[in-house]
Amino acid sequence: MSGPILVFVELGSGEAVGDGAGGADRVSLETLAFARSLAEGLGGAAVEALLFGAAAGVAGGLGAHGAATAHIVTDAAIAGAYAPAAWGAALAELAGSRGAAAVIGPGTDRGAEVLAHAAARLGMPLAANVIAATPGASWSVTRQRWAGSLLEDATLDAPIRLLTMAPHAVAVDERAGARPAAIAPLTPTIDAADLVVRVTGHEPPAKGSVSLTDAKVVVGGGRGVGSAAAFSELEELAGLLGGAVGVSRVVTSNGWRPHTEQVGQTGQRIAPDLYIACGISGAIQHIVGCKSAKRILAINTDAESPIMALADYAVLGDLHQVVPAISAEIRRRTG
Amino acid sequence: MRVLVCVKRVPQTGGRIVLTGDGQEIDTKFLGFTISPHEECGVEEAVRIIEAGGGESTVLTLGSAAAEEQLRDAMALGIDRAVLLETDGSEWDPVSTAAAIADTIRAQEAAGGPFDLVIFGNESADSGGFQVGIRVAVALGRPVVSGLKGLTIGSGSVTARREAAGGGWETYELPLPAIVGVKEGINLPRYPSVPGRLRARKKEVERVPVGAAGTGAAAASGAPMGPTKSMLRLPQEAESQVEILGRGAEAAPAVVDLLQKLGLVAR
Repeated sequence: MSGPILVFVELGSGEAVGDGAGGADRVSLETLAFARSLAEGLGGAAVEALLFGAAAGVAGGLGAHGAATAHIVTDAAIAGAYAPAAWGAALAELAGSRGAAAVIGPGTDRGAEVLAHAAARLGMPLAANVIAATPGASWSVTRQRWAGSLLEDATLDAPIRLLTMAPHAVAVDERAGARPAAIAPLTPTIDAADLVVRVTGHEPPAKGSVSLTDAKVVVGGGRGVGSAAAFSELEELAGLLGGAVGVSRVVTSNGWRPHTEQVGQTGQRIAPDLYIACGISGAIQHIVGCKSAKRILAINTDAESPIMALADYAVLGDLHQVVPAISAEIRRRTG
Repeated sequence: MRVLVCVKRVPQTGGRIVLTGDGQEIDTKFLGFTISPHEECGVEEAVRIIEAGGGESTVLTLGSAAAEEQLRDAMALGIDRAVLLETDGSEWDPVSTAAAIADTIRAQEAAGGPFDLVIFGNESADSGGFQVGIRVAVALGRPVVSGLKGLTIGSGSVTARREAAGGGWETYELPLPAIVGVKEGINLPRYPSVPGRLRARKKEVERVPVGAAGTGAAAASGAPMGPTKSMLRLPQEAESQVEILGRGAEAAPAVVDLLQKLGLVAR
């Protein structure tokens, strides 16, 4: 019988999966879904979650996502503020004490960081941004390179297999009627040195702003928008749809918009219900950030641009005429 | 201050990646090379820190002899000196890479004094392992934080800023010496000047031969390494059938019909 698969679960705003504030973040739930399918391949190994500072209700709710047990660190000195080295040390310690076959984290900033700390402490390799894995004497994994423009088939040979899961590579798998995860309080042994680096301050997002990664609609702008001022047209449409503005790399390197809005290899990876790509040609570095959108509507003067190969819908024309016309039509209908 | 920035030579892939026939490498016959984007910002950050507070900046890479080009690019932007951990061109995994860099930092510090700050890119553009900087920090017992889009050097400490999941920012305070992983967006890198390029051409690059993959300090320790590449392949992209909703402003009603159908606009 294989040891359990341990999953580091990050808490996020959770709105994207309807958990409300303080729920598990969406990529963590995707990671649990992946762990569940992997556990089935390992002859029914248990999936166990590790959370820091989670409410018992949230942790128990992970049962619907396949977790049999939820280990929770509640000691405020460790869990009170995100501390990458301490959280990684706790994960490494639990992996050892549980005899875990694998340890998986979400491919988010925190997930990647915590798993790297755990791997460094355990002295074991880590495969980042995995999209598929086959257990065996040595595990075969498929992982993303170039943010997903290229795939690597690789082997992972270690007593504990450490992975992060590429965002949006698998769907969340929530099953109604599942037994809640058993709550197991955890008190890890943490060196003071591992608590030196921790979050010491927060700056909240601007009031009324919609997070790019949680937005149901993202209105994207590229080189074709042409200037910083012209983004007001995209902002207006995003506002009417309750969505967010996203941009391609050329827009931030021209200084038209802040880097926080960049979608792509060196920016955010988004998975909205609809991505409206305005004046974006569709360079591969941008596509890897938006291809997980359920649907893409391209607004572009060039019917031959690469974005058209990916788009579900298109409007051919100048975005400076099309976007304001769409906003006006929404206003007319919803008056 | 003494600042070290670690970079990686990667191909400029442009529109479409082409692989070699054996699926082991990207075909770079027709490609130029560059420094990974996050690391370009790391170089710029190192130059700015030294410009503001004085001291010396060093750039380091692990790569083939050809990676000298990226070290000279970094010196053209204002980095003072360069170290090349020269491989045979084979691909090193993150465990081996981190062990070789940690050893080099120890040797460099024994010779020239401690680095107050070591800057890595958050992840390399090509292999994207998200771990080398953290492994080096754990090996050296130094504080580390990744994903940074802001650094402010204080006296004996650094304040770091990164985007919080779901919006807003979170801040960290690290005592120096420290290690940081930076992201694109922390600054807008400058372009090299002609005098900068000329100066960089004349500077010396310190070469430390490290040989083939799997032969470094990590291999000697017997620790498990990897992941081990078997094959590269391009993802299968499902080409969608695009439905043209119309041309120009006249398409607006069709677009809003769609938005209503998707439940994104009230009917």
